Amino acid sequence: MESVGNRKPGTPALHVEDLRVSYRKIAALKSITFEVHKSEIVSLLGANGAGKTTMLNAISGAIPVESGEIRHDGASIKGVPPHRIVQKGIVHVPEGRRIFADLSVAENLRVAAYLYESKRKTLFKERLEFVLSLFPRLKERYAQAGGTLSGGEQQMLAIGRALITGGDILLLDEPSMGLAPMLVQEIFDTIVKISQTGKTILLVEQNATMAMEISNYCYVLETGLISFEGEPEVLRQDNDIASAYLG
Amino acid sequence: MKKRKGFHLILFAVGLALCCAVMNFGLIQTSKILIIQYVGIYIIFVLGINLVNGYLGIFSLAHAGIMAVGGYTASLASMHIFTSPWMFPLSLLTGGMASVLVGLCVAVPSFNVRGDYLAIITLGFSLIVKSILQNLEVVGGPRGLRPIPKYTNLIWVYLCVVLAIVMVNRFVKSKYGRNMMAIREDQIASELVSVDVRNAKSVAFSVSAFFIGISGALICHLLSYTNPNSYGYSAIIDGLVMVYLGGVGSITGSIIGALIWQILVQSLRTIGTWRWIIGGCILVVIMIFQPNGIFGNRELSIAGIKRAFAAIRNRLAKGAAGKKDGQ
Repeated sequence: MESVGNRKPGTPALHVEDLRVSYRKIAALKSITFEVHKSEIVSLLGANGAGKTTMLNAISGAIPVESGEIRHDGASIKGVPPHRIVQKGIVHVPEGRRIFADLSVAENLRVAAYLYESKRKTLFKERLEFVLSLFPRLKERYAQAGGTLSGGEQQMLAIGRALITGGDILLLDEPSMGLAPMLVQEIFDTIVKISQTGKTILLVEQNATMAMEISNYCYVLETGLISFEGEPEVLRQDNDIASAYLG
Repeated sequence: MKKRKGFHLILFAVGLALCCAVMNFGLIQTSKILIIQYVGIYIIFVLGINLVNGYLGIFSLAHAGIMAVGGYTASLASMHIFTSPWMFPLSLLTGGMASVLVGLCVAVPSFNVRGDYLAIITLGFSLIVKSILQNLEVVGGPRGLRPIPKYTNLIWVYLCVVLAIVMVNRFVKSKYGRNMMAIREDQIASELVSVDVRNAKSVAFSVSAFFIGISGALICHLLSYTNPNSYGYSAIIDGLVMVYLGGVGSITGSIIGALIWQILVQSLRTIGTWRWIIGGCILVVIMIFQPNGIFGNRELSIAGIKRAFAAIRNRLAKGAAGKKDGQ
């Protein structure tokens, strides 16, 4: 491995070790090791089919892991069902947003709060206010069906929904996909804002240039293996990698 | 809010008084009262089916089997255990509870199996229940059970319908209801925002089964007999037709579906097989113009009626304006 940089010491918030995931007999992830520390923004970069989405699905429990280990604050979360992983504070904002199209914006957000909404009303109110202050546009569309929102608004709703669950590690899968350049900028600005409140972010992106701008640390994935890791500056200076992955 | 509650209470009391009056003074022909009772019982049945097929979005065909379990259990209960008329609610409850247990079993395959495959599994379940009943001599085999005490009357039906509507309404507006709809929209996404899908499906299936079971119990105590043939393909199709005619994911839709279909089927008895042709045609026409049913995913509300009227007025106004421009 090349430059490891000077990362924070201590137990990482999220630690993936020698992870292997296969779809039937085809290995999608061969041996992945990486770590994400508290309040960092870490991006996983790489071309189509490199295994980025598989990586997030494995962490959030949506697909089974073949071997290796996933640790959250030092404790294993391998094989834990998805809804329990969310309760531990790791929330996955899936690729393509996957909002509940027939439910209103308000209902979309309340589904994410169902575990605590009735018991801790003030907590729900606080989180809701935070989300609506991050995305004022959701406030305007509050009673509208999720399916009638624009792509950018749906992405905001998907991120808002994840924040309402109260998670402190966000796994963002291609948040810029299919959005106009101006909206992409807006979404990335929001990610920085969220990170400033102390949340940890693992970002999967095809738009490597943008992702590197806001990241503290990057991993480059290539056909199920990590081919490079380091701080964004180092990555940018490495001509081979830059030309191969960053266009 | 309080004012509305009072209004609902008055409405409930008026309905109850009306039922008593109809029963005691013979205001309506007995045959018509029977149709009203059918409508009421099938409203409960359709509400139950709609929870799983509409709100949860799972195409299940288990309702005939669940209804059979509810009907048979309640009938046996009032024939052997709860033998006096005032114990009727206990029989109903027993039937409902037996159905809940069965509903939970049906929920298990729905955790992983989806779509057409689950439809086949639940169809299998319904047919298995039917053939078990046919071959179980203890419950009369193919002849079925008789005589079941004739406890069902207009008041019981009325009370059960009101209870079912109130409970289903509360249920779908609760967090469980929201979770059900979230699972319908996107099961994976709901898991990713902490919804426990297995739990939510189990709850939905049991509440659904409870009402289906109650409706089965009511109908057995209305006809005073029951046999396995009442729970075959025709019961499965009847249920589906009412749900998809009235509207999926809607309480108003369930009521409308049961109302239209039962009145049609029961009142057209005289024309024999032709009623299936007329009924089928109506169904085809509605499915073409309203694929989600008459009240698909909508509820009847005063605000909604006002909006509909405003839309019609707008269209008329526009039409008139267009004509003027043309001239």
